[in-house]
Amino acid sequence: MTTTTVDDLSPETAPGVVYDRYLAEGVLAYQRCADFDHVVFPPRVLCPTCGCGALQWHASAGAGAVYAVTTLHPRGGGDYNVSLVDLDEGFRMMTNVIGIDPADVRIGMRVRATIDTTADEPLPLFVRDDVTGDDR
Amino acid sequence: MRRSERELRGTAAIVGVAESNLGIVGSGVDTLDLIGQATVRALADAGLEKSDIDGLFCHSAFFNLPTVTAGEYLGIAPRYTDSTATGGSSFVGHLRHAAAAIEAGLCEVALIVYGSTQRSSSGGLISSGGSLFKSYETPFRPRMPISAYALTTSRHMHEFGTTREQLAEVAVSARRWAQLNPLAFMRGDLTVEDVLASRMVSDPLTTLDCCLVTDGGGAVIVTSAARARTLRKPPVYILGVGDAHWQMHISQAEDLTRTAAVDSGARAFDASGMSPADVDVIELYDAFTINPILFLEDLGFCAKGEGGPFVEGGRTAPGGALPVNTNGGGLSYGHPGMYGIFVVIEAVRQIRGETGARQVENVHVALAHGNGGTLSSQVTAVLGDESTL
Repeated sequence: MTTTTVDDLSPETAPGVVYDRYLAEGVLAYQRCADFDHVVFPPRVLCPTCGCGALQWHASAGAGAVYAVTTLHPRGGGDYNVSLVDLDEGFRMMTNVIGIDPADVRIGMRVRATIDTTADEPLPLFVRDDVTGDDR
Repeated sequence: MRRSERELRGTAAIVGVAESNLGIVGSGVDTLDLIGQATVRALADAGLEKSDIDGLFCHSAFFNLPTVTAGEYLGIAPRYTDSTATGGSSFVGHLRHAAAAIEAGLCEVALIVYGSTQRSSSGGLISSGGSLFKSYETPFRPRMPISAYALTTSRHMHEFGTTREQLAEVAVSARRWAQLNPLAFMRGDLTVEDVLASRMVSDPLTTLDCCLVTDGGGAVIVTSAARARTLRKPPVYILGVGDAHWQMHISQAEDLTRTAAVDSGARAFDASGMSPADVDVIELYDAFTINPILFLEDLGFCAKGEGGPFVEGGRTAPGGALPVNTNGGGLSYGHPGMYGIFVVIEAVRQIRGETGARQVENVHVALAHGNGGTLSSQVTAVLGDESTL
């Protein structure tokens, strides 16, 4: 994928814009810095580890494991999950694990990303990974 | 050559503290009114005039340009101004900045002040964390701040076996202290069973694992040690303060079970020449029941992962071996949006011996710890009486 430097910053290359563009295509994207290959997420114009200003976009395979978990209990009902998921590429993100009872989402559970590209705001949600569904 | 922060040890002292009206102040009472009320009371406590104040420190979620706005209301045109905004920890951090400014000759008498009508004006949470940049958290509908603390708690339980009963003990200990404090908002009996049975909000945290939503304000006056010795009350010396923040968002924390209090505590203890064993009373920012557990670990009062068992059996409650949150804390005394100034006020009063039924015996050293954001900013202050110099 493309590499951008700080001098490339524009409405078309802004990190949040590029991230959303990938999501609309069904891709969960993250960055690596050009100098040391540090993994960067959420997207930025500089590497927060080394400070370099050249970042390359990558497509995540969308596979990961639940790092931390909570179930929200709104007063009107409709419990839902909020999790922090560690992607195998080495970054962490907040998300919702969907498709199972929120109470059944466990730390360590293997999950994979699912992106509804028809939604107004495509989001990287996660489902339990039934293929490699071993909890670790 | 880099100077050591130890040179600041004991150069400044807290000479006046006060709360505004607390709890539910009623509609029409403004946040600035509480700031004014706390200021007048703190000046009386110190035996100083408003005209003595030449340094102003403030943070607020209710108005922008905090010191500028508060300065106009109070009629203070300071020669040193500091609106450092690290959430609820700001006011503990202001102690460090005030001590440095006083030592550098930038001001001589510093007022640190806060007020909030969070309960009367909204009934809900007014947060200073609002942002106009793209969020990688809010689309997933966490309820902030509680979900950040719930995620942290889930991880602490997973790694260390911390239990909901241990969390509930934190709330019960806070309530037992509050029952000794006439100014505490919640003073009824509370049991572990009550906490476990209360409404689940963001699993594993229930309503009774959360701090209160109240109104309130506070003021703290700091001056040079030399001037402090000429004033009404025994000086409470600023022995060392440490600031630290590692991230803003909970999803960016490298290790949820370890907060920046690891650094703020180490810096405060280094600057003060003290250690946890020297501390007689501890005031921790308890926005949620997991907070004291995390901070007791990160500040070195117990090992990482042992905070749950550590708070069992009333160890931190009245009569326990280690008094924590002796005013009742944010969980039972009050929590007007940001609680940081109140850990300082209670620590000062414990050192002065002014706290009546809840007074801990022989307090010479107190630790006040502020938390800001969602376990984001951490500030630790070690305070002491004349014998600690």
